[in-house]
Amino acid sequence: MKNLVFIEHADGKVKKASLEIISVALEYGDVSAIVVGDVDSATLSQFGASKIINVAQDALEPYSSGAYAKVIVDCVNQESPDLIFFSASRMGMEIAPLVAANLKISMASDCIGFSVDNGTVKIDRPVYSGKSFVSVAYNQMPMIVTIRPNSFEAKENPVSAESVNFAANFEQNDIASRVKEVIASVSERVDLTEANIVVSGGRGVGGPEGFAPIELLADEMSAAVGASRAAVDAGWRDHTDQVGQTGKTVTPQLYIACGISGAIQHLAGMSGTKTIVAINKDPDAPIFKIADYGIVGDLFEVLPILAEEIKKIRS
Amino acid sequence: MKIIVCVKHVPATDARIKLGADGKSIDETGINFIINPYDEFAIEEALLIKEKLGGEIMIVTLGESSAIESIRKGLAMGADKAVHLVCENVALADPWAVANRLAEEIREHDSDLILCGKNSADAQNQQVGSLVAAMLEKPVVTSVVEIEAEENTVTVWREIESGKEVYELSLPALLTVNKTEHEPRYASLRGIMMAKKKPVETKDVSIENGAIVVEEMSLPKAKEPCKIVGTDADSSGDLANLLHNEAKVI
Ligand SMILES: Cc1cc2nc3c(=O)[nH]c(=O)nc-3n(C[C@H](O)[C@H](O)[C@H](O)COP(=O)(O)OP(=O)(O)OC[C@H]3O[C@@H](n4cnc5c(N)ncnc54)[C@H](O)[C@@H]3O)c2cc1C
Repeated sequence: MKNLVFIEHADGKVKKASLEIISVALEYGDVSAIVVGDVDSATLSQFGASKIINVAQDALEPYSSGAYAKVIVDCVNQESPDLIFFSASRMGMEIAPLVAANLKISMASDCIGFSVDNGTVKIDRPVYSGKSFVSVAYNQMPMIVTIRPNSFEAKENPVSAESVNFAANFEQNDIASRVKEVIASVSERVDLTEANIVVSGGRGVGGPEGFAPIELLADEMSAAVGASRAAVDAGWRDHTDQVGQTGKTVTPQLYIACGISGAIQHLAGMSGTKTIVAINKDPDAPIFKIADYGIVGDLFEVLPILAEEIKKIRS
Repeated sequence: MKIIVCVKHVPATDARIKLGADGKSIDETGINFIINPYDEFAIEEALLIKEKLGGEIMIVTLGESSAIESIRKGLAMGADKAVHLVCENVALADPWAVANRLAEEIREHDSDLILCGKNSADAQNQQVGSLVAAMLEKPVVTSVVEIEAEENTVTVWREIESGKEVYELSLPALLTVNKTEHEPRYASLRGIMMAKKKPVETKDVSIENGAIVVEEMSLPKAKEPCKIVGTDADSSGDLANLLHNEAKVI
């Protein structure tokens, strides 16, 4: 089978989630990677992309989902892939439906399981805020699949890659919505959705300055920092940091919930985590029902010492 | 300003999910249904725009007959009228089919701005808004956390992983709404009374599920009970060791 994979990058560095989708696609055939802008293409072939389709960034600058979608549609029409993969990132989830609409093909969103059997695509995905999962079969190709970050392993699989240029063609109509300005968040940390480790704080943190011990622990592990809605609504953190039903969904290896009670709407955003740790004063807090490990105690006492202990182990 | 808000009727976010007898859907007995949370934010934004610029807000819902509860709630919050496309088995339906039917309806009405929630809390596909926009050939920005509307344009802030993007769009346009800073208002008693008299057009419709087959639904695996490592900071060393040696995550 032929697969087309849309690559995202930050200043040329390929995002981990994009490497993950190369690995998923590679299980079922060749991978051509389409990428807008200059990217570290050696990484793409290192993970198994045998064709790299480069689109010059200048024409597509500033970002417009419509223009990106149009370029990908043109590329699909030229390459005729069976499957088109995106990461279920903000960018992937904005562009992919536009491509699906234009090509009149189906799209499976935010998959955490994927296989192809005799021409039938089978995917697993969370529904009802992660409180259940569906297995869905699609008897139709080509189709679009978006994959939830951190759900599959990115595996190296070096191949030699052919590199081609692809011209962007679009009309004024396609760029009706175009970014005017980007406000970068001040944080230098990894994206919440891509992070292997997330340390989150809730109302128990007590105020914006209460996030200091959380930041400290996160620094020790190169982790991302998340927050409950209570902490966000109180104005202590930006909504970009919110985990849960009306925030982000994260699937890290390790999630440390500090001063978070574990409301069902918070769990909606992190129940897919491999290992959950809860630090909470209240032994009856519902977070302990879903956690793997817990300390019943004051987060302000526990976190600084935990950071020290983790530092010892990691050095 | 004529605003259309697409609203889905979904299980309350605190609902406990049990599987239905067919193993492919949920058991809805005892579950409360609500306006999809992001759609509720969208209604609130629409109301704020109407307060600023005047105009009219119409709700469009594709859903079972029970979805009238969410429609009435939206009207009680302050929307002016609604169209209820009465249809069975909408919860996990093909987003393409849902969008196609919504787009068909929206085409029949004048609109300057169309708002959809970023995703539904049940199917959580994040597709319908964008598909409707594409079908109607309207510009779209997704995951919007702030909207500033003028007579013919909107400035919107879109949340991305690493910050925010700002867009200026000429209308008409479609936005999918994330959580904004405006907590959706409660309906007043007067609002609830007035909602009963507001026009709701109902149409019986059906949609095709295309090439998609839900084969099975499952629940998350039961978790082992939590290992309480200790009750004070002294247990931090033990926790670090467990995370390193047992869970192997650090
Ligand atoms: C439609 C809808 C959507 C929602 N979406 C989200 C969402 O996306 N994300 C989300 O998080 N919530 C969401 N909520 C809100 C959710 O229901 C809870 O209100 C919220 O998660 C509570 O946040 P919290 O756990 O930080 O606060 P609380 O429930 O107040 O818990 C604070 C915890 O901190 C502990 N604590 C206090 N001091 C300390 C200390 N010094 N050391 C250790 N522990 C301490 C307390 O024992 C308590 O357990 C949503 C609700 C609704 C209705």
